[in-house]
This record gives sequence, structure tokens and C-alpha cells, in this order.
Amino acid sequence: MFVFPPSGCLPDIISTPTKNRRASTTSPPLVRALLYFFYIKMATPGAVLSMSKIMNPFWGGRLGNTVKVFGTTLTSHRSKTMLNGGNIPPPAKYGGRHTVTLIPGDGIGPELLNHVREVFRFSCVPVDFEVVHVNSALETEGDINNAITAIRRNGVALKGNIETKHTMAPSVKSRNNLLRTSLDLYANVMHCQSLPGVQTRHKNIDIMIIRENTEGEYSSLEHESVSGVVESLKIITRNNSLRIAEYAFRLAKEKGRRKVTAVHKANIMKLGDGLFLECCREVASGYPDITFESMIVDNTTMQLVSKPQQFDVMVMPNLYGNIVSNVCAGLVGGPGLVPGANFGRDYAVFETATRNTGKSIADRNIANPTAMLLASCMMLDHLKLYDHATSIRNAVLITMNETRLHTADIGGQGTTSEVVQSIMRYIQSKGQLTSDL
Amino acid sequence: MAGKAWRSAILNLLRKWGVTLHREDKIKAQEVSWAVGALKKETPQPRTFTSGIKTVTLIPGDGIGPEISSAVMKIFEAANAPIQWEERNVTAIQGPGGKWMIPPDAKESMDRNKIGLKGPLKTPIAAGHPSMNLLLRKTFDLYANVRPCVSIEGYQTPYTDVNLVTIRENTEGEYSGIEHVIVDGVVQSIKLITEQASERIAEYAFEYARNNQRASVTAVHKANIMRMSDGLFLRKCREAAEKHKEVKFTEMYLDTVCLNMVQDPTQFDVLVMPNLYGDILSDLCAGLIGGLGVTPSGNIGANGVAIFESVHGTAPDIAGKDMANPTALLLSAVMMLRHMGLHGHAKKIETGCFDTIRDKKVLTKDLGGNSKCSEFTAEICQRVRDMD
Repeated sequence: MFVFPPSGCLPDIISTPTKNRRASTTSPPLVRALLYFFYIKMATPGAVLSMSKIMNPFWGGRLGNTVKVFGTTLTSHRSKTMLNGGNIPPPAKYGGRHTVTLIPGDGIGPELLNHVREVFRFSCVPVDFEVVHVNSALETEGDINNAITAIRRNGVALKGNIETKHTMAPSVKSRNNLLRTSLDLYANVMHCQSLPGVQTRHKNIDIMIIRENTEGEYSSLEHESVSGVVESLKIITRNNSLRIAEYAFRLAKEKGRRKVTAVHKANIMKLGDGLFLECCREVASGYPDITFESMIVDNTTMQLVSKPQQFDVMVMPNLYGNIVSNVCAGLVGGPGLVPGANFGRDYAVFETATRNTGKSIADRNIANPTAMLLASCMMLDHLKLYDHATSIRNAVLITMNETRLHTADIGGQGTTSEVVQSIMRYIQSKGQLTSDL
Repeated sequence: MAGKAWRSAILNLLRKWGVTLHREDKIKAQEVSWAVGALKKETPQPRTFTSGIKTVTLIPGDGIGPEISSAVMKIFEAANAPIQWEERNVTAIQGPGGKWMIPPDAKESMDRNKIGLKGPLKTPIAAGHPSMNLLLRKTFDLYANVRPCVSIEGYQTPYTDVNLVTIRENTEGEYSGIEHVIVDGVVQSIKLITEQASERIAEYAFEYARNNQRASVTAVHKANIMRMSDGLFLRKCREAAEKHKEVKFTEMYLDTVCLNMVQDPTQFDVLVMPNLYGDILSDLCAGLIGGLGVTPSGNIGANGVAIFESVHGTAPDIAGKDMANPTALLLSAVMMLRHMGLHGHAKKIETGCFDTIRDKKVLTKDLGGNSKCSEFTAEICQRVRDMD
């Protein structure tokens, strides 16, 4: 998985505080961000000429060698993706090891993340975890602010779901939501695929869901204007809608997908969802080889339970994303199987797709570790540790599909530790890394 | 009462309510509780005498509406249901002051009869007036939309054994229609939750559960994100639960409901929720049992008004070709009979319809057969007549 930066981010780059710059010699984030900006410029025709015009007046001689090194590589990277493009290293790498923020969360989060750490240690993955605990029972925001700072520092995080007690006062906002909006993790990506080893009613499902993650109904703006009348605001902005549509189409193109479906309710919410739909159409016109269609959300859910194979990539605002992603997760076998990722411009946070706390199954050794392990593989891909990612992912999928060692939620008898042991055994049998130890 | 006298008293009561017993010497505890429940409860809905003829306003609708309405009328005639139909047309007319409204004779008929059956209505685009469904909703204050979703044996879907009811608040919530453009490129849409509406829908949900022998009511919400609005809705549901202790009450997050619904729909019974979640979930549940072509729906309003309808579209491409499937409107009419207390006739017609679909000999095109609408109707009429 890779981060797609949006266009037009120059003002934000200039305002990035200098203290966020790491003392790394390879590439300061300011330069990286600048390079992202130039990549966008490169993608437009006639951009090659403009590059020299932009570089020199702004930065003069400040960048020195980096300009010469990256300047040439950039011009030849017009059609390459950010994945291969440039020598841009992943965040927080020092001494060959990455540091990733780990937020255990509540419910099944801590035990699953412990298993992830166990598997990483066993496979000698060069990742160190910086654990930040967030206490959901507290009303103050100190804990979550620490977590946010840690993520800003490291750039990448793996988290369990933090419980939101809705009996608390409305001023105590959802911690997960706070994290997503502060870090501007605007795209939630979830890939639902039918696994051959899992019994489900529907077969051959392969849907990518891209959900706007920061605004919409989750803006948490509510007020009681008159006693007994509560208003909740749903905000849709043109910028965010364009951003998420752009992300969706680019991802569809990168992955070779044929169709993007926008899910909306514009027949009722004419202005709000109408704006979203308009932005999607605008972006779609720039990708003529990808089919674009739109569907009303109630029809979408009906189609999902009868014929889910018709969907390819789906893009939608926040609340419909919540519903559709949960329906799709249920269709492929449940919340324990699907990993999810939240991408922003600078940060990436990985978690399970349906964000369940799983309080009722916590500490009973019956939770399904698949979703969290696959999320950690997505994180390893993001950190460019592809070999480790592939080895762990293969081990997880082999255990799921061939060994058929299933936990209770997918109808099996295994415990979490048994599944993890099986995964580690498979990694040991396949990998050269651990067999010599 | 002495000896067996109480049995006959209860048997008579049950007969009056149209419940038939298989073996009259063994009265089951459940049947006794039905009768006791029937005695105890207040009946806000208008009850009809099983001996009198009840007049019902029929709105055939557009497209396939007239065909399926006549099919339903034929089947009711075959079943000897004590229903008299009063046909009315609803097309938006502009009243004095420029306000759009339904024709006064339709309104007057509905107000008099209190019960209505409606076929699909065309929603005109750019006709200058709001949709007809919206007009009806506003005119009669139809605050609750009830959709019972029961798996139909014979119409195979990946989900069997679905038996749940979705009760959706129909007047406010996300569909308040209040939207503003704050600055260019930023739109705000207001979701309105009021105490009064939430109280009304919660009350109705529990009453429905009680009247239809349902074991539990689940409130669906997203109070972790929308703390105040869904919090208010939940509070009202909890208060109504306190008043109806015999029905079990649970609360569940919307995403958990969606997740569990597609994995195991049997765990749900009655679901009550605000407008948007209700719209999506009721269509999800309709999808589980086979789509809008077989799903009944009822709208309950203030002042005892109830309009039962089919929720599918007008299907203009098959209109007039005798290809339509009247099942949705028929099941809605059965729902209407139950609402009116005519359980015997309701059971008869429903059984006739389900048996026809289960036999798979005479089915309309959308159900997988190639019979005409009239043949399907005739088959059901035949079965209903044979049952007497």
C-alpha cells in the first residue's frame, strides 16, 4: 500500500513546523513533501520545463546536492508510481530499524497486538514498537494527544480500537475519531476478498472500499438548540470530496481495477451528497479508461446481499462507508478477517477494518488474529519490508486456507494462540531468516 | 367460572379474534397468553368488528399499480374478506397559496376510512413539486415505517430463516431536508432528532412487539459518534422499554448490526431506528429475503391512520403487459388485515400466496417462472377458495 498525496499542498508544506524535521541526512520531510508536490506537477504535461522555474526562485541554493540528485530522477518518473519513484525512504528509519507507534486500545486489541509483536520478533522483522497506552475511561485528552504526537514522530502506527463509552458527556469525543481528524487520515481503505478456506454464503467477492475518513456525519458537531431538539451537522466539503475521489481513482488505476462506484444518497441530501457526487464525476472524467457509476446507498446494500460480485472499487462518504464496509466484512466471513488502513498525506495508521473492540471476547484466547496480522503485513508493505510482509501474509493465508485452523468466529475450534503458533511454524519452515538461528 | 367454562370463554375469545386452534381440547399456554394479552392491552389502532364490512381507501398508483391492485382485489374477493375498496387517485395539485397537496377527495377518504392501501407512485423529476410519497407522509403525519421481513419458502436467497421487523422513524432525522451552502465548496446538512418523535417511534415499536408477540426490540444507533442526537433517541427508547417490561430491550451499534445481519440474520427480532439507518437497514433486510418485489411495508400515522404500500417502483417497462408480480402489494394488504384484526383472513391469503410460490408451478417472471400476473392471481384465488 502506498500513500497518495493530494495536489495543491504547497501552502501546508511551507507551514510545516521545523521541529518536526528529523535529524536524518537522507531526506528531510520538507524536501520529501516538496518532492511530492513536484511529482504532481510532473504528472501534468509541460511540467518538465516548469520544474526549474519553480525550484530555483523558491529555494535558491538551500537544497544543494539534493536538487541535482532528485531533479534528474524526478523528470524520468512521470509515469512511475510513488512506490518505485525516487529514493524516498519510509519514515522513522534509524540504524536499519523502523520505529512504529503501537496503540493497544481496548478489548481484544492488546492481546492481538501482543501476538503481532511475537510474530515480528520470531521473524526478525526490523521494526521496533513504541507503545502508547490510551485510557478510554479518562475524560481528559492527554493520552490521545500523546498518541498523536508519537504518530507524528514515527509516521506509522498500528492500533487496536479505543472504546468510546457513549454514556459519557458529549464533550468527550471519540478517541479514534480524534486521532483520524488530527492526523488528517482522509482515506480509509479496505480490501474485502473471499478467502477459499472460509465458508460464506457468497463466493468470489473482491471489493475495495475507499471511505472518506474525516468529515461527513462524523464531524461531531452537535447542539441542542431548543430543549428536546438536537441537531447534528453533516459537513461535506469540495476539497475533501475531490481528495478522496482522486485517491480512489488513482488506487483503482494502480491496481488495475475496471470500475469505480460512488455510493451516495443525493436524491434526498441533494446539496451534500450532490456535491460529493459532482466531485466524483469531475475526477472520473480524468480517468477515461475506468468506468464510473453511482448508486444510492439503500440500493447498494440490497445489491451487496444479493449480488456482491458486481462491485469492484467503491468510494463513499463517512457514514455510508461505515455501513458498506461492515456489510462487506460480514459477507467475506466476519470482522476477524479483514484488515484496514487509514492513509493521510504524511501518516498511515493500520488497524482491523471494522474497528471492533470485541469486549465480549477479550482475554479469552478466542479472537481471530488474522485481521490484525494482515494489517501488520500492510504496514510492512508501507515500510517497504516486502519480503517480511509476504512471508507473514503467506503464513496467515496458508493457515486459513490449507491447514484450515480456524477460530470460533469462522466456525472452527482453534484458539488464538494455536493459530499464531501455526503461523510461526509455517514461517520457520519457509524462511531462511529464522532457520539458521 | 367453574370447570371447563373458562376454556369455552377463551375459545370464543380466540375465535372472535380470528385465531383457529388445531385441537380445541388442548389449549396451549401461548394461545391463552395471546387472549390475555388481547384483553389487557389498550388498542390505539382502530379495531373492526369481524362481522362488519370495512371500507379501505385504495390508491392504485402508476405503472404496474393498477394491475397489481386489481389482482389484490380479486384475491380478497376470493377470500371473502370483509373489505370494501374506495379507489382514489393522488396526483399533486396546487392548492390555494401555491402549496402542493393531494386532492381533497383523497384526503377526505383517508381521514374517514383511516386505513389505506397504496400501489407504487411515480416520482416526477423536475415537476416542481415534491415526491408523492413525501406529500402523503406530510399530510397524514406517517411517523413509523414498518417492514416485516420474512424469508419466503420457494423464493431462494442465500439467507433462509429471516424473520425480523424493521421500524423506522419516518419524519425527521437525516432526511429533514435542511441543507445549506456555508461557503462555496462547504455544504452542511442537518440531522434533526426531537424528543417527541423519538418517544413516539419508541412507543410504537414496543406496542408493535407486544401486539405481534415479538420477544425483543433492538435500538440501532451510532451514539459513540453522534453522542447527543442518537443519545436522545436511545434515552427515549430506554424510557419506553421501562414501560414495557415484558419485551426485552437491547441496544446495538449500527455497524455491529450490519456485520451480524449479513452473517446471521436470525439473531434479530424487532429493530427500531432513526430515519437514515432505517432506510438503509430496511432495504438491506429486503435484499435478504429477495428484494423489493416481495417485501411488504406499512406506514403508521397519527390519529390512527395507516397506509400500507408496496415499496417497489412503478416498472413502466412492464406496465400493462400482465407481467407484474403482485406479491409485495398482496403481503402489504395481509399486513393491513392483521392491523385491522382480521387475522383469519390474513392467514388464509398469506398461506395461499406462500403455497403458490413454494409450489413453483405458476410464478411470474421476476420470481423465476414465466406465467402471467393474471395466472398467478388466479392460482392464489383458487387456493384461497379451496381452503374454505
